[in-house]
Amino acid sequence: MARINVNGNTVEVDADGATPLLWVLREHLEITGAKYGCGVAQCGACTVHVNGEAQRSCVLPLDAVAESDRIVTIEGLSPDGTHPVQKAWVELDVPQCGYCQTGMIMAAAALLARNPTPTDADIDAEITNICRCGTYRRVRAGIHLAASQKA
Amino acid sequence: MTTTFDVSRRGFVVGAATAGLALGFRLPFDDGAAHAQAGYPDEINAWVVVQPDEKVIIRIARSEMGQGTLTGLAQLVAEELECDWADVTTEYPTPATNLQRGRVWQSFSTGGSRGIRESHDYVRQGGAAAREMLIAAAAKDWGVAPGDCRAEKGVITHAGSGRSTTYGKVAKAAALLEVPANVPLKDPKDWKLAGKPVKRLDTAAKVVGRQVYGADLRLPGMLNAAIRQCPVFGGKLASFDAAAVQSMPGVRKVVTVDDNAVAVIAERWWQAKTALDELPVKWDEGANAQVSSASIAAFVEEGLTADQAFVGNQNGDAEAVIAKAVRKVEAVYAYPYQNHATMEPMNATAKWTEDRCEVWCPTQNGEAALAAAAAAAGLQPQQCDVHKLHLGGGFGRRGAFHDYVRQAVLIARHFPGTPVKLLWTREEDMTHGAYHPITQCKLTAALDENGDVTAFRVRIAGQSILAGVMPQRLNGGADPVTFQCYAPKGDHAISYSFPNLLVDHAMRNPHVPPGFWRGVNANQNTVYTECFIDEVAHAAGKDPLAFRLKLMANHPKNAAVLKAAAERAGWGGPAPAGVFRGLAQCTAFGSHIAACAEVSVTGGKLKIHRIVAATDCGHAVNPQQIEAQVEGSFVYGLSAMLYGECTVKDGRVEQQNFDTYQVMRIDEMPEVETIVMPSGGFWGGVGEPTIAVAAPAVLNAIFAATGKRIRRLPLMHHDLGTA
Repeated sequence: MARINVNGNTVEVDADGATPLLWVLREHLEITGAKYGCGVAQCGACTVHVNGEAQRSCVLPLDAVAESDRIVTIEGLSPDGTHPVQKAWVELDVPQCGYCQTGMIMAAAALLARNPTPTDADIDAEITNICRCGTYRRVRAGIHLAASQKA
Repeated sequence: MTTTFDVSRRGFVVGAATAGLALGFRLPFDDGAAHAQAGYPDEINAWVVVQPDEKVIIRIARSEMGQGTLTGLAQLVAEELECDWADVTTEYPTPATNLQRGRVWQSFSTGGSRGIRESHDYVRQGGAAAREMLIAAAAKDWGVAPGDCRAEKGVITHAGSGRSTTYGKVAKAAALLEVPANVPLKDPKDWKLAGKPVKRLDTAAKVVGRQVYGADLRLPGMLNAAIRQCPVFGGKLASFDAAAVQSMPGVRKVVTVDDNAVAVIAERWWQAKTALDELPVKWDEGANAQVSSASIAAFVEEGLTADQAFVGNQNGDAEAVIAKAVRKVEAVYAYPYQNHATMEPMNATAKWTEDRCEVWCPTQNGEAALAAAAAAAGLQPQQCDVHKLHLGGGFGRRGAFHDYVRQAVLIARHFPGTPVKLLWTREEDMTHGAYHPITQCKLTAALDENGDVTAFRVRIAGQSILAGVMPQRLNGGADPVTFQCYAPKGDHAISYSFPNLLVDHAMRNPHVPPGFWRGVNANQNTVYTECFIDEVAHAAGKDPLAFRLKLMANHPKNAAVLKAAAERAGWGGPAPAGVFRGLAQCTAFGSHIAACAEVSVTGGKLKIHRIVAATDCGHAVNPQQIEAQVEGSFVYGLSAMLYGECTVKDGRVEQQNFDTYQVMRIDEMPEVETIVMPSGGFWGGVGEPTIAVAAPAVLNAIFAATGKRIRRLPLMHHDLGTA
């Protein structure tokens, strides 16, 4: 029985240690904001924060997560959807189908936490999530908007 | 923190309003013209529910997959309804309810960029009829003439007496009235809500993780399934050793699905997938296992010079003029297989008993999903229903193909009364798609001594989508969809006039299953035409814009968008140092589209700086969502141009995941400037047409920068470094 801390709550999980965190979240804890897109850390739809860093949860085995690690999913990013990135996303109507957007938002929020005023080059280097609807232009604008509102 | 889903409801309330492909699907039931009212006291009519608290629920028959149709259709209904937009939510009626009610919502098909342009009239009629009923109910109560009352933002007023009431207060009485027919609709110039850049109704749920997709669905007692299909198309399942995985954690059963797949059902999906990875499986791959990309290319290429071909458009005698031409230009282009690669892999949840089957799934066509479910369930459609969820991407994959629905039902039949969710891995999704068809094209132009085109000849060779998907729609063996952007008239009319023209198609259908892929045949046909026109312009020593415009005298709307894009981009004026421009234009899905791309190539590395795109879609329902579709179309079209290719080895698709099937990411995204210039008088689509101009505009700019013509896509196979 593993103990992990998700969105501020320590929970016990009865899962095989090799189970990726993504599937622990989705199937054991019924937290489905992080999505399955590829399973090989390519698309980023599964992005969560582990100790503030963006991590691709589809390749992070439960065994590699310590109880002291602080895992945050989109559901825990803000109590009511008011994180600056979420507000910017609403303001600019960023999502289309939306399937990748929870991961995109988590990646953007982690970037801004580390780099409050990222340049376009910073965004290019850090945001590697895939969006097939093609929201990239608004994602970039949304990150800049969130940065300006945070500042 | 768990997202719970109220599955007892007939339709899902989805918080807010959609675009797509001619999927041509029909269930064997007549359209119901009558807005059958009796027996539905909770609604004003089929499209509109008004609750006592003034909340307005607008029913949306088409599917939301990112393209914004949910919001756009709701805007059109609300415009006529004269309700308060802040009170609007939306709901999907189910396909079985549509059947029970004589198809009161008409088509559920969401493809061909038709969501709005095919249904704007009757959805607005639904809103207008509801408004008249609400007004009539108030007028009756007041004993005044309905014509003396008016409605605005959900409030009905009678000017003569100064009385007023609200929609919520009269809704119950209004619901009992006859639904009026043929209520006059507003002139679009009088629109107050439609035509405005209002926010999407579905954004809030999507930024907090509250949007439930099919892959997220949880039902009480639900089991989970993972599937593996024969990697070779047309191959069969030979045998598997269930005993080897039966005792693995959570495993409940290992079952055969149709004759080509095996599935593991477990308590959790990860358990099912883990066991499936360990399952020994033998396939009977069949003769297709000999097929490769090289053999397919040779098969298609033979069509370029074949004697037999279907003619798609013809005037004059192009071949005779070419034979005698003083000068001719000729080139061969090729366009590969591609996967839709929706971010949400294929999935469906099914619950089956001997007399009832229900399915929850992402689908671009609820009625087609219902038909697939009923067939797999061994039941009549009336004994089944489909609960639609917003799609995590559609792009054509989830419209004409409900293989995943069929499989989910077949699997669920092993557990009567228990819901089972089938979720494909990305690897299954990549290797069992409905692929963008493969074609090659030989184009020949004859020029006179002035450099004017005297004949234009296009021979398309390769795969027909209709032959693979709905052969009943072939016309004497020919596939009319193959001629998108070459047609004599209509939604995909050729946007040039040539004194002599011949376009024909030598159909060559390899074993890889084709599908409608966002943009469909407009994609490669516009690469062929627009890159080749650019070649001809250069051969004639003429400016590519002026050369095109001269051929577009009979196509003023196309000329208008092309000029608009070129002017905004600064065509003819100086570009920034090292930056070069390219043009493309077409008519697709009923809209007129043009783009001007600006690129630089440094040390062999391409950078796409900016694209200016112009769209004339007739009427613009939500300009900011049209901009979003244009921007997204460049990502889809440029991903295809840069990387998009599924190759075939030993009869199977080689690319398994996004590590080998690359797509564009944010670092390659150019600035996009969108000019929305609706000229009125028609309704064009916006979800797809811009994709067609994305690749050729950039390829023509690459030529301007490097002198290199890229005729075989994708670009990743070409070295731009050595001139």
